[in-house]
Amino acid sequence: MGAYLVRRFLLMLLTLFGMSVLIFVMLRLVPGNITDIIFDSAGFVNPAQKAKIERELGLDQPIVTQYVTWIAGLARGDLGYAFVSEKPAIDEILPRIPVTAKLAVLALLFSVLFGVPLGVISAVRQNTPLDYALRVVSLSGLSLPSFWLGLLILMAFVHWFGWIPIYRSTPDNPWQELALLSIPAAAVGFRSSALVMRLTRSSMLEVLRQDYIRTARAKGATEPSVNYEHALRNAVLPVVTIIGIEAAFLIGGLIVTETVFNIPGVARFLVEAIRWRDYPIVQNLVMFIAVVVVFVNFLVDMTYTFLDPRIKYED
Amino acid sequence: MAVIDHQAELNRAGANVRGRLGGLLFFIRQYPLGAIGGLIMIAFLATAIFAPMLANYDPLSTNARASLAPPGGAHALGADFMGRDVLARIIYGARISLAVGVGATVVGCLIGMTIGLLSGFFGGWFDLIVQRLMDIMQSLPLLVMALVMAASLGPSLTNTIIAIAIPLVPNVARIIRSNTLSLREMPFVEAARAVGMSETRIAIHHVLPNTLAPLIVLATAQLGSAILVESALAFLGLGVPEPHPSWGRMLSESAAEYVRTAPWLVIFPGIAISAVVFGTNLLGDAIRDMLDPRQRF
Repeated sequence: MGAYLVRRFLLMLLTLFGMSVLIFVMLRLVPGNITDIIFDSAGFVNPAQKAKIERELGLDQPIVTQYVTWIAGLARGDLGYAFVSEKPAIDEILPRIPVTAKLAVLALLFSVLFGVPLGVISAVRQNTPLDYALRVVSLSGLSLPSFWLGLLILMAFVHWFGWIPIYRSTPDNPWQELALLSIPAAAVGFRSSALVMRLTRSSMLEVLRQDYIRTARAKGATEPSVNYEHALRNAVLPVVTIIGIEAAFLIGGLIVTETVFNIPGVARFLVEAIRWRDYPIVQNLVMFIAVVVVFVNFLVDMTYTFLDPRIKYED
Repeated sequence: MAVIDHQAELNRAGANVRGRLGGLLFFIRQYPLGAIGGLIMIAFLATAIFAPMLANYDPLSTNARASLAPPGGAHALGADFMGRDVLARIIYGARISLAVGVGATVVGCLIGMTIGLLSGFFGGWFDLIVQRLMDIMQSLPLLVMALVMAASLGPSLTNTIIAIAIPLVPNVARIIRSNTLSLREMPFVEAARAVGMSETRIAIHHVLPNTLAPLIVLATAQLGSAILVESALAFLGLGVPEPHPSWGRMLSESAAEYVRTAPWLVIFPGIAISAVVFGTNLLGDAIRDMLDPRQRF
């Protein structure tokens, strides 16, 4: 186990290192940087001025030098300066993380609270009208673009209440913040809950076919006892693993939903930075997302061994 | 002990299915939801192909007098701020969705299949490097990867297809690889080797055809997400550029401010995206049930 952990950790580092090279090269391979955008909008190009700005931002350096500067900075906790705001990148990124994190947790909560019970009901009542209805609902949940769902929610608010639930960075009290965040969280979580429901259903059905379920029935266990004590416990296991997939799924939803609801989080910030080719922000944020995804997957794998003692990672 | 009605069981398994029409009717009876999905996809295809015949307006021509015209009257689904007909733009937008969705899925699946086959069948250092590369690519969510790629490639139809296709590759490569790994140990591969077939020939003629079923299942699943990612990219302003009418961009043009004043600009393009993705999902589920009975629940 110890050796496995170490190997797994080293692979994680390797993956993240690869990601850093990939994102760095991808951003710079194509001609055009922030100075082009600035001069494009100005409508004229002054080569001397352009070169001066490029020198200030370090864009005139060879790409390898730029990469080494970035990584060396990262190791010291220095993320460089944002091109657009000219503030330290860390001061731009850090304050935006809590909102996004709250939103992500709420959305995850939403997806599990709805997805797991509905998935179980759907499996227990397999091939009944209820099951069909739930399956169609979950499939349509996966088919709605989350930004459209967000727009529909906004529209419903305007129509029925006459106001738009705008997130304020300085809420009056935690309850108000929770209420304002839970609306976009529902928009993100709806899609994820559809995913959770599908996976819970198929995992539950798999378990219900096992021999020990038949044994439980043969011993005279009641139907609820079979479903909820014997089967559910074992079916929840694979559902835990998909939290890793969920994390990636959620981040995608957060990006568009934060844009729709105008929430000042990191996900919307990433889109803005990409538009401006604000390299320091984009590369650090992308690395941050990669670290989150890789780390969540690592945690999920580890949790799995605790939940299912049969699984042992070989050294 | 219940008596088994052999004839009924045979019918249920499709033993008496004759001809193409019979097969189609059998599919409809067996997978009604899949048939609905198929119908949606056919309607989508027809809309894209016959767009010029279906649309009464040019999707690009602006008309100041029709600005924000509500649905009904001359414009069935209303008009946008520039007076462009929403219905015509949705009809022509089907072409963009189809081109990007199918294009990205085909490119992504072809690259993924090639990588997965090479990596699974031949293994060795190539497999090792490729697996790490796939790890790296999978450490970013599909949309983030597509966003960064779309931004770095620049806006164009081809670039949008590439930006969505590449992030699809790891998923496909992983599944084809694991399939190939188990196929490699099959007796028929050993038999082919025993009669002196070259490894390349075995890979192409014996292993590849056997990975097609999971590939088709995967491809239909990816088609839906490719269309969704396209609309999200367009919504964020990083997708297919003007003047192509893309459903996602119709929503971003109409977002926030029109939620209040012109809801038809928000509702209809969204319905178009959802309906098409719903169709691919229904069809995809039916195809998976059909081709991969082990996963049938």
